[in-house]
Amino acid sequence: MCGIVGLYLKNPELQERLGELFCPMLAEMTDRGPDSAGIAVYRDDGQYATKMTVYSGDPDFDWDALAAGAGHDLGTPVAVERVSTHAILRSDASTRDLRAWLLDNDPDVRVMSAGSALEIYKEVGLPVDVMEQFGIEAMNGTHAIGHTRMATESAVTTEGAHPFNTGDDLCLVHNGSLSNHHRLREWLRRHAGMTFQTENDTEVAAAYLTWRLREGDSLSQALEAGLKDLDGFYTFAVGTRDGFSVVRDPIACKHAIMAETDDWVAIATEYRALARLPGVKQARVWEPKPATVYSWGRA
Amino acid sequence: MGAEAGHRVQLGEGMTMHTLDLDRMAVRDVNQRLHEDAAGTDSDRQYEILNPMGRHAIAVGLDYPFDVSVRGHAGYYCGSMNKEASVTIEGNAGVGVAENIMSGTVHVTGYASQSAAATGHGGLVVIDGDASARCGISMKGVDIVVGGSVGHMSAFMGQSGHMVVCGDAGESFGDSIYEAQLFVRGSVESLGADCVEKEMRPEHLEIVRGLLEKAGIEAEPSEFRRYGSARQLYNFKIGNIGYY
Repeated sequence: MCGIVGLYLKNPELQERLGELFCPMLAEMTDRGPDSAGIAVYRDDGQYATKMTVYSGDPDFDWDALAAGAGHDLGTPVAVERVSTHAILRSDASTRDLRAWLLDNDPDVRVMSAGSALEIYKEVGLPVDVMEQFGIEAMNGTHAIGHTRMATESAVTTEGAHPFNTGDDLCLVHNGSLSNHHRLREWLRRHAGMTFQTENDTEVAAAYLTWRLREGDSLSQALEAGLKDLDGFYTFAVGTRDGFSVVRDPIACKHAIMAETDDWVAIATEYRALARLPGVKQARVWEPKPATVYSWGRA
Repeated sequence: MGAEAGHRVQLGEGMTMHTLDLDRMAVRDVNQRLHEDAAGTDSDRQYEILNPMGRHAIAVGLDYPFDVSVRGHAGYYCGSMNKEASVTIEGNAGVGVAENIMSGTVHVTGYASQSAAATGHGGLVVIDGDASARCGISMKGVDIVVGGSVGHMSAFMGQSGHMVVCGDAGESFGDSIYEAQLFVRGSVESLGADCVEKEMRPEHLEIVRGLLEKAGIEAEPSEFRRYGSARQLYNFKIGNIGYY
């Protein structure tokens, strides 16, 4: 099962209402994935070059101390904003330096997202509870991607929830299952030096895309290559800094529907997630074709 | 909520239009109402179902000759297991529209998602727009008329019935087909295993003409090409022809 939704606002006037428009879409997908949920929100704060969402399993974790330590060692301020179990770190240090510092100093802290606009929030529980926990409804931004998970191949944990960060300002959500993820994970470990936090198949797809992009592929090229190398059933939605991309496997049994108006573009596993968007009755509605990459923004 | 969410309007010639609003009633209650009305009523009833909003399993399992209009886009399995009723979806239909239809008509004025009319035993399914993958998969006697094109693996393992496609057919059309008869006006991306083009004889022109007429779609029967089983893949026994 699993449900995915994505909303990209073409009309800047709607950006204040991103969370309000997005939350009912994800909530509608609850019965496709009630065990955990995740949301990627894109919003440009403008103040710092780098933004990182981090997570600790310790509810009393001292984020201020972490930010002060990182700022001291990296020689540039690191601002911290706690958002429930997550925190947003903002700094002019590069994502690479900040990530390396975390690995050296607080290896139990998980990096949920890295980039300059992307924030990722995910937790175990019903989608409405997860969205409330992080205050998603009040968030503004240019676009958002969400996932409701019904786990089939790995544990129900915060880390195992989608979206997965796949390089700066990129994230991946997945409906389906991959059948060659064990072998591919080993290959990526050995030949591309990738590391993994979970046993999750989607994390392997995310690592695969990260590796392809690192090798110089555009996102569309990486997704095209994935059609050959990723075996299984999937609809992927990939968030980028300026938009998102969608691709379905060549058999296309995992459902997906898209709609577009002058104001927005949206994808969902089922139409009902789109049914309350403003102007949907006049929207162009279609099913993405198998093995075809669709992109919006400057993806 | 119960049936009080619906109201009725007296139409001309003794017809009564019943309105059932899915913003005020659960899908289960709407279906229950249709089933209960079918159990003890006269035949000239018309229903409109408002605010489908992509909800699943609307107007399923009907077994009375009602006219039911779904005003908007429907979710999965709309009009499935239909018997005798005439269901019109004024919009798009999700996965498995008219799945396992037994008789009657299901008409989609927009597009249909995958597995439209899957395993249908009888009746007529009309899709004015395109139908996506696996349209008519395992069809067992249903007639399907598609105004647009059908996606990949359509008519897979089709056993009997007819499919008329006014546009194009996707990859592996008619794969592993038994005795369903397929007619396509446009191109066929590829034929599936054991599916071959066959001669369009006068009786086939009549079949296509009749189905287009029933579907209310205008097209010239002579522009269609016929496809069917080469009978190399399954154990076709001429003695059983009467059962197909």
